[in-house]
Amino acid sequence: MLEIKNLHASVAGNEILRGVDLTIRAGEVHAIMGPNGSGKSTLAHVLAGRPGYEVTEGQVLFKGQELLAMAPEMRAREGIFLAFQYPVEIPGVSNVYFLKNALNAVRKHRGLPELDAFDFLALVKEKAKLVDIDEELVKRPVNEGFSGGEKKRNEIFQMAVLDPTLAILDETDSGLDIDALRIVANGVNTLRSSERAMIVVTHYQRLLNYIVPDFLHVLVEGRIVREGGKELALELEEKGYSWLEKEPPPSSREPVPVA
Amino acid sequence: MEAIAQDARTALERSVLDAFRESRSPRDPEWLSNVRRAGLDRFREAGFPTARDEAWKYTNVAPILKVPFAPAAEAGPRRLPDLDTAHQPARSGTQLVFVNGRYAAELSSGATSGEGIEIASLREVLATRPESVEPHLARVAREGNAFADVNSALVEDGAFVRIAAGAVLADPIHLLFLSEPDFGPTVSHPRNIVVAEPGSQAVVVESWLGAAGAQYLTNAVTEVVLGEGAVLDFYKVERESVGAFHVATMEVLQKRDSTFTSHSVTLGGALVRNDLNVRLDAPGASCTLNGLFLGSGTQHLDNHTKIDHAQPHGTSRELYKGIMSGKSRGVFNGKIIVRPDAQKTDAMQTNKNLLLSKEALVNSEPALEIFADDVKCRHGSTIGQLDETALFYLRSRGIGEDESRALLVYAFASDVASRIRVAPLRAMVERHLGLRLSAGDGVDLSGARA
Repeated sequence: MLEIKNLHASVAGNEILRGVDLTIRAGEVHAIMGPNGSGKSTLAHVLAGRPGYEVTEGQVLFKGQELLAMAPEMRAREGIFLAFQYPVEIPGVSNVYFLKNALNAVRKHRGLPELDAFDFLALVKEKAKLVDIDEELVKRPVNEGFSGGEKKRNEIFQMAVLDPTLAILDETDSGLDIDALRIVANGVNTLRSSERAMIVVTHYQRLLNYIVPDFLHVLVEGRIVREGGKELALELEEKGYSWLEKEPPPSSREPVPVA
Repeated sequence: MEAIAQDARTALERSVLDAFRESRSPRDPEWLSNVRRAGLDRFREAGFPTARDEAWKYTNVAPILKVPFAPAAEAGPRRLPDLDTAHQPARSGTQLVFVNGRYAAELSSGATSGEGIEIASLREVLATRPESVEPHLARVAREGNAFADVNSALVEDGAFVRIAAGAVLADPIHLLFLSEPDFGPTVSHPRNIVVAEPGSQAVVVESWLGAAGAQYLTNAVTEVVLGEGAVLDFYKVERESVGAFHVATMEVLQKRDSTFTSHSVTLGGALVRNDLNVRLDAPGASCTLNGLFLGSGTQHLDNHTKIDHAQPHGTSRELYKGIMSGKSRGVFNGKIIVRPDAQKTDAMQTNKNLLLSKEALVNSEPALEIFADDVKCRHGSTIGQLDETALFYLRSRGIGEDESRALLVYAFASDVASRIRVAPLRAMVERHLGLRLSAGDGVDLSGARA
């Protein structure tokens, strides 16, 4: 579904991604870990199409199409969803209004009929229950006055409504306590499916106890330097990221998806 | 014959002096002649403002002065153009229509001069019972600016609204001013007087519209008095042509425990200057001034406000928001004076401006003069652009770029727009917000507000 080939990207003139290769298939959950500044969030934002991120080399194919040529709204309509690390507050715009417009833009693109207010609210009710978010929050202005945990739950709720093919979760666990983390992780897990793929970007191993990945990639200084399963996460938790520099990768390891 | 026209410096000044000469009538009561004469004398002495005048340093009136605007010819009955529902009264409501500054009875409805409530043409009241007007005309507007002085010099017609003590009016009173120049650029000098007697409650909507693309000058003065405990909501909606000039002074005098709420919406005009001066002249008075101005193209929109806390326990709240695109320019100057006796004053002023293009410009100046020591006064001003992160957030969910921008602009204006309690008016403003941004069809923003 997603093929990233030799991706180089800069932000404000600084090269952050220095040749990332990654392949993701439907149904898979890939975790990306790495120290601060390694490029984890940059990768998430480049995939979502955020302005200010310049791709200097490489290619990204999403369902066979050139992703980097698409505007952010087009990527969303094609099925990419980014759960922000710091969801922005938009006072004056109701969550429901904005989400209904977004969903209908996506549906229209897919050749589906648009939902009217009534049907949309029924969908909202269903999805709010699924990801355990208070329906009342949904009717307020986007993220306004939401706590950190509520903002993250709102991201997952939007994901449930928009039904993406590829979901990118950018440090969804940052700023959350254990209880909030559990709720958010549950929401994500209910949305796992064989038709959907997920990229879970995280700094700490803890999230991966709740959202168990199929593959783990470690990003250091803009390159994937190690790949493995969830056990690798525990090793990193114990030994830190600098251990990777000292210890060469084991010669035999589980086969990883190749670009 | 006085040689008054010879040393006139500009086309407009010449035209004003000519009009003054022609307007004087022996039938006018002496007090009215004095008002006019005093206005003319003040004008002749000061002249029109220049950039050297502090209050006009950002607003250059030269483009107005060089046009020989002349009063429109008196015309017979006209037809009302198709109007947005925002400018139509309720079925049993009142709407006074003025064309080129003159009352058009045949287009109006609900005018009344009963004991309790008087809603009538100023010209008629001056002709039939001038003693009703004398206590109120040019009493409030003390220190004028030259344009207001010209209005005094040439005062002829406008709306006279008096709401009797204790009267509570449910439907808004609509005052509609249409400009339709026939031959050449025209000027009108409407003078509106609104007297809300003690304990009364009413809503007044003053709308300014005109023929599309036409060039005209609206030089208006509105004087408002609120008696003890009166409650008045005043809406001013300016939607004149892109070739029009609008200079207006509104003076408000508030008595004890009165409540005044003003909503000023500026959408049209090549150059608009609103002076809104409120004097809290007795203890316990409160005022709320809301303003929204949208500029595009080369519009120049200037809002000057002054809130004079003259007595103790007064409350004022001010929220003005500007949205400027293209090469338009906005000016906001909010003066708050708290006099030595005005203890326990509670004043808050906020001006926020959104620039949608690189060439748009806003000058925002709060001006606080505080002479009492037991008061609460805060003010804040921001000038910024659309939040790029918010824009990306909306786009990342699939909403197109134009629509995302429109949504954010709407969100910016929504707290001021949502305060408009006259529903058709609010809907018109919300539509306008959506329309201004998209090149193509307007964006349907119904339901966008949370």
